[in-house]
Amino acid sequence: MLLEFEKPIADLELKLQEMKDLAKGRNIDLATDIQSLEEKIQSLKKETFQNLTRWQRVQLSRHADRPYSLDYIYEITNDFIELHGDRTVKDDKAMIGGLGDIEGRSVMFIGQQKGRNTKQRQERNFGMANPEGYRKALRLMKMAEKFGKPIVTLIDTPGAFPGLEAEERGQGEAIAKNLREMFMLKVPVICIIIGEGASGGALGIAIGDKVYMLENTWYSVISPESCSSILWRSWDYKEQAAEALKLTAIDMQKNGLIDGIIEEPLGGAHRDMKGMAKILKKTILEALKDLEKIKPEKRIEQRIDKFCSMGVFVE
Amino acid sequence: MAWFKRTDKGIKTSTEEKKDAPDGLWFKTPKGNIIHTRELKNNSYVCPDDDYHVKIGSKEYFEILFDNNEFKELDTKMVSGDPLKFVDSKPYTTRIEQTINKAELNDAVRTAVGKMNGFELVVACMDFSFIGGSMGSVVGEKIARAIDHSLKHKIPFLMISKSGGARMMEAGFSLMQMAKTSAKLALLDKAGIPYISLLTDPTTGGVTASYAMLGDFNIAEPGALIGFAGPRVIRETIGKDLPKGFQSSEFVLEHGFLDFIIDRRQLKNRLTTLLKLLNN
Repeated sequence: MLLEFEKPIADLELKLQEMKDLAKGRNIDLATDIQSLEEKIQSLKKETFQNLTRWQRVQLSRHADRPYSLDYIYEITNDFIELHGDRTVKDDKAMIGGLGDIEGRSVMFIGQQKGRNTKQRQERNFGMANPEGYRKALRLMKMAEKFGKPIVTLIDTPGAFPGLEAEERGQGEAIAKNLREMFMLKVPVICIIIGEGASGGALGIAIGDKVYMLENTWYSVISPESCSSILWRSWDYKEQAAEALKLTAIDMQKNGLIDGIIEEPLGGAHRDMKGMAKILKKTILEALKDLEKIKPEKRIEQRIDKFCSMGVFVE
Repeated sequence: MAWFKRTDKGIKTSTEEKKDAPDGLWFKTPKGNIIHTRELKNNSYVCPDDDYHVKIGSKEYFEILFDNNEFKELDTKMVSGDPLKFVDSKPYTTRIEQTINKAELNDAVRTAVGKMNGFELVVACMDFSFIGGSMGSVVGEKIARAIDHSLKHKIPFLMISKSGGARMMEAGFSLMQMAKTSAKLALLDKAGIPYISLLTDPTTGGVTASYAMLGDFNIAEPGALIGFAGPRVIRETIGKDLPKGFQSSEFVLEHGFLDFIIDRRQLKNRLTTLLKLLNN
């Protein structure tokens, strides 16, 4: 699937392939033409991806081919054992977790999970967790703390699920409790927005010593569509809403609301999952190295101070 | 035949001479009962006929809770910034300015410390009349500092929530107020200082998903709307009508997320009893 602004690039890539086939089939030397076309593609890619609008980044964050939590986890780890259930109600498939190792170091992974096809999407509830998902996440975080393993959370959700049962089982309470408990975790916590970071549903697993966003993701209090429908009373102002919300990684870093941006391979994470996973792995290992130098009490103090300094007001 | 005969035709009172009945002397409850506002005030703003809890703000709650309405207000001067230069139908700064004038409040929460039946208490109370009680940086910071006050002086903390949720015009900043307030509550929790969260009509969204649900004691006024997602969003998502009483205080109590429901007329004394039980 291609987004509108990806099409010119795809067209050129198609042409390039044709040229290559032609050169091969008829044994013609097109080396210079091929090279110049390759350069043209590269520069078009650069130009397109350096000048993305906020809405275009939102589109990329939801790209049908974008890698999801488990794609990265299996790519990054040698061993991974998925752990299920909140021990109270059920196993929420929109929230996954488990123990894995990165270059021999054990890490507790937790993340929202989206589905690739219609069946999977339903099973994963479009990455919208219920209260039991947040409680499963907390159970695994406490387990990580018990065994002294660092925690890596991967955030990719259009929001916590707004459903009947979700309300009955205390969606608000489940998220609130995670926020409070995550501040007190004695082990290092690294949070990475890999796709969509919508509101409380994202924040519910995003209280960390380091909070990163991939380049083409968004993180805010509301989706551009919902913001448009509330403030403009129509779904048609999503582009304006995206601009107004300042929801990209660049915006969030500028406002001091995240700790860093993780660069994606040119053309977006969905064009090179393995490349992206490699960068993620490096980022996690480096962050862990830094964080493990700090004593647990100090780390907790810094985590609390960081979030408590967020806000703009006049006195 | 008419009893009186009109000698002059038409109404001749000039506009300036017209006498208006003073506004706000009578209050009509949703069930149609009419009650004098003085009587309403003397009854903690609860209609005597149908126990309807009228929506009130910090001014009224402070009056109900603090002895002789005496309290020291904290951070009175704090007002909102505009970090994102947010503009929808009007600029955020204009919206703030207009609301400050209209609501006669600086933002959607007021914080104070005073005595309740002799017990020292820090109270943070939200005002729905200020942009729907929405939570932005000022709300987050004032609550955070109120909790700091509780921590420093070892005084119990009461949070009265009344909010539609996060304030969109502060986007990411607003979201992080959920984190900030929860961080402070983690410290309060660790220090073993009691935190009572009173949820009033309505308490939804990011407020429910942070401080409102984190009380050692979560209590609510009767008939309040309490939930994470709004009823309209849920109805649209599941494509079904919602059961009667869904997301009411009584529903939330029944599902195990509230300790008890409290009639506003008993609020002060019940809270006092609770603090006494914790003290003895």
